[in-house]
Amino acid sequence: MNEIAAQWIIGIGLAFNLFGTIGLVRLPDVYNRLQAATKCVTLGTCMILLGVLVGAWGGHAGITAMGAKAVLCAVFLLLTSPVAAHAIARGAYRSGVRLWEKSVVDRYGEDIHPERPPAERGEPDETPGA
Amino acid sequence: MTSLLPLEFLLVAMAALTLASFLCLYRISRGPTAPDRTVAIDILGTLIVGFCCVMALWTGQDFYMNIAIAWALLSFIGTIAMAKYLEGRYYDE
Repeated sequence: MNEIAAQWIIGIGLAFNLFGTIGLVRLPDVYNRLQAATKCVTLGTCMILLGVLVGAWGGHAGITAMGAKAVLCAVFLLLTSPVAAHAIARGAYRSGVRLWEKSVVDRYGEDIHPERPPAERGEPDETPGA
Repeated sequence: MTSLLPLEFLLVAMAALTLASFLCLYRISRGPTAPDRTVAIDILGTLIVGFCCVMALWTGQDFYMNIAIAWALLSFIGTIAMAKYLEGRYYDE
C-alpha cells in the first residue's frame, strides 16, 4: 500500500520536473523561464521528497530517519526557492536584461524609474561600485 | 541493503531526471545572458536533490538525504551570491 502511494507521488513529481525543464528550454526570455522552471521544479522535487517520506514509512515504527530528513529538506526548499527566484529576477532586471518584445506590462520598471519613458526603463543603473 | 521501491520504477525515475538535467544543460550552454544560466544552474541543483532522493530509496541508506539537505543549502547560497553580483551590489547591502 505504501509502495503504491509512494510510486504515484514520485511519478507526479517527476512529471512536474519534466514540464518545468521543458518550460526552461522553450520559453522566450529570462522572466518567463524563471516563472515556469522555479515553480514547477520546486513543487516536483517537494513531491519526490514527500514520496520518500511515504516510501520509507516504517510499519510500526512510524516515521524513519530518512523520512524526517526528507520533510526537513522539503520545508527548506519551499522556504528558499521563492527567495532565490526573486533575487535572480531583480538582479536580471537591474543588470539590464530587457523584457521580451511582446511583453505588455512592466510594473517593476514603472516603480523604480517612473520618470523615464517606457522604452528606456530597462536600461541598467549607474555603474556598480562607483 | 534493499531498495524500498521496485527497481524498474527507480530506473524510470532516474531516466526522467536525467532527461530533465540534459534540458537544463542545454539552457546552461545556450543561455543568451548570464541570468539564464543562473536560473538553469539553480534548477539543476534542485534536480540533484531529486537524484539524492532516488538514490536513498534505491539503496535504503539514509545518508543520501544528508547530501540532499547540504546540496539545497549550498545551491541557495550560490544563487543568492550570483544574483547579488548581477545586481552590481556588495553582499551586505
